[in-house]
Amino acid sequence: MAEPKKSDETVDATPNVTEIVQQDASTTSEVEAILDTRVDRGEPILQVRNLVKHFPLTSGILVKKQVGAVKAVDGISFDLYQGETLGIVGESGCGKSTVAKLLMTLEKATAGEVFYKGQDITKLSGRALKAVRRNIQMVFQDPYTSLNPRMTVGDIIGEPFDIHPEVAPKGDRRRKVQELLDVVGLNPEYINRYPHQFSGGQRQRIGIARGLALNPEIIICDEPVSALDVSVQAQVINLMDKLQGEFNLSYIFIAHDLSIVRHISDRVGVMYLGKMAEIGTDEQIYEHPTHPYTQALLSAVPVPDPEAREHRERIILSGDIPSPANPPSGCRFRTRCWKVQDRCSTEVPLLAIPERFQGLDSPVAHESACHFAEEKDVVGAA
Amino acid sequence: MLLEVRDLHVEFKTRDGVAKAVNGVNYSVDAGETLAVLGESGSGKSVTAQAVMGILDMPPGRIAGGEILFQGKDLLGLKEDERRKIRGSEMAMIFQDALSSLNPVLSVGDQLSEMFTVHRGMSRKDGKAKAVELMDRVRIPAAKERVGQYPHQFSGGMRQRIMIAMAMALEPSLIIADEPTTALDVTVQAQVMDLLAELQRELNMGLILITHDLGVVADVADKIAVMYAGRIVEQAPVHEIYKKPAHPYTKGLLESIPRLDQKGQELYAIKGLPPNLMHIPPGCAFNPRCPMAQDVCRTDVPPLFDVAARRQSACFFWKETLDG
Repeated sequence: MAEPKKSDETVDATPNVTEIVQQDASTTSEVEAILDTRVDRGEPILQVRNLVKHFPLTSGILVKKQVGAVKAVDGISFDLYQGETLGIVGESGCGKSTVAKLLMTLEKATAGEVFYKGQDITKLSGRALKAVRRNIQMVFQDPYTSLNPRMTVGDIIGEPFDIHPEVAPKGDRRRKVQELLDVVGLNPEYINRYPHQFSGGQRQRIGIARGLALNPEIIICDEPVSALDVSVQAQVINLMDKLQGEFNLSYIFIAHDLSIVRHISDRVGVMYLGKMAEIGTDEQIYEHPTHPYTQALLSAVPVPDPEAREHRERIILSGDIPSPANPPSGCRFRTRCWKVQDRCSTEVPLLAIPERFQGLDSPVAHESACHFAEEKDVVGAA
Repeated sequence: MLLEVRDLHVEFKTRDGVAKAVNGVNYSVDAGETLAVLGESGSGKSVTAQAVMGILDMPPGRIAGGEILFQGKDLLGLKEDERRKIRGSEMAMIFQDALSSLNPVLSVGDQLSEMFTVHRGMSRKDGKAKAVELMDRVRIPAAKERVGQYPHQFSGGMRQRIMIAMAMALEPSLIIADEPTTALDVTVQAQVMDLLAELQRELNMGLILITHDLGVVADVADKIAVMYAGRIVEQAPVHEIYKKPAHPYTKGLLESIPRLDQKGQELYAIKGLPPNLMHIPPGCAFNPRCPMAQDVCRTDVPPLFDVAARRQSACFFWKETLDG
């Protein structure tokens, strides 16, 4: 247990993310003016730098003493571009949902910054923060528990307008809500019904309508279809695809189902134990993965095709994910990795394009946090 | 034949009427064979399994007809204490959520050794030794030290291993696994499925694998039965069903899941919703959602047509589905 304190540990240096154009705004109205500016398609809208979230572990009943920390998110950096979908995949406990909460400013980051249009939102408060939150909305996993059973659908979808009345004046709300119902493919006459009168897929549509209510620019979806049946999943995915084009949305799509993430994402980041293991375009990650964890994860996905299956190599990892309260030194994946060497336990691999691939004009040249990154086609796409 | 379910009907009485959960299911499993029962929520896949195990809540549930033949004996004619002897020793079940199916206030060792003290009349000490042996067998590291630990001290994958150990403790001839890996992460899912398949081979058990995941079954099943609204709509050996489905529902399911090895355009989505079991549509239950539905589908219930050897489809237009 006597691990050295790691507060001064180097966090990820991600060399080829876009430079941040910082905005110096001091007054609230200046901040709001910046938030109202439009970002062009393909320009970065959200930039995350060295984001850290540690949850303290305490002992003692009267006198609480911090005895350690669960390192849920431990230094991750990425960019989200306007109009794209960034998929974040990883197993349970890897920190992907904590990232969502940090981006929503529902949790306070321990360290690091989140720049939204050049504004560091982790430092904002009051009216400016409220304005940011209007622009970043969330769709939750479980449509059974994320809707209040005592409110009608109209009240659920209209509630965001109570907090942000500037978006829809009072007399206009009912019509707005009916419009939203229509947009997500529900009958506008259902406005007075309660959540229990809807099926799972319909409830998720209600959740999406609520997310859209304030005309946000970014929607963070945390496992939006994992509670749905297969035949309904496709309907919701197609709806989200359609809405993205229609409303010019940027998505962060968090899921554990790698097939769905590939389908919907332009770029994909793979997380393991609070760190980003690999990030790249869907082609780079799925067809040219270089991090052993990504390779193992991809090879373990059951493919509904027994013949394709026989041609695939399967990498079965031994053991479970270590506890984020006491992560392994060096590379966090080393305890389950088949390529592990001495260097892995002493030196933290940085998320960067591996040296040997640098300058290559090939999909293998993407960021991967492994000392021994090499390409391996595990999906059998070639 | 190890297990044969014949024309099984199960109903549930609810406040709003009678829900017909299972409407004439036929399937069979042989020793050493794996049958995958595939379906969405409400298709009756779990209710059928509960009827086989004899753990259906009655009331409100009621077996309205049919036979369940296990090693040639009709289980539905047996008394509860006779069925109890079969349960656990002859057939066992693995549930989806190991944390809520294990007793949180008993150590895993106690729960495992209970199988031997209750069914085999062993002493507690011998039972404990057996428990360690079982935990070793499902490859739980440091079994001797961990035998006294409680379920919450194990990870999800390890808990599911304990469930598997418990199910195979008395070496039953049939195991029913209801969504055994749904709650697990993909890398752990692969470990657990491999373990299950290996133990099945070793003990030559019949295995019924209930799942909604077309991917998981592709790997381990010998044959697949696809259920919809309480009926089997298609039954086939595993390779054929993926290559050429003979029922529009199976076909729609296969087309609606995104593929890992292909970047597709828009996903095919089966329109509409699964039916309410209290108001199953007349004729073929799938007809309101089916792209091929004709008048006959709205009036007549399609029987299971023989498509090929060991292959059946409950669709009037199975030929067209196979070709198209």
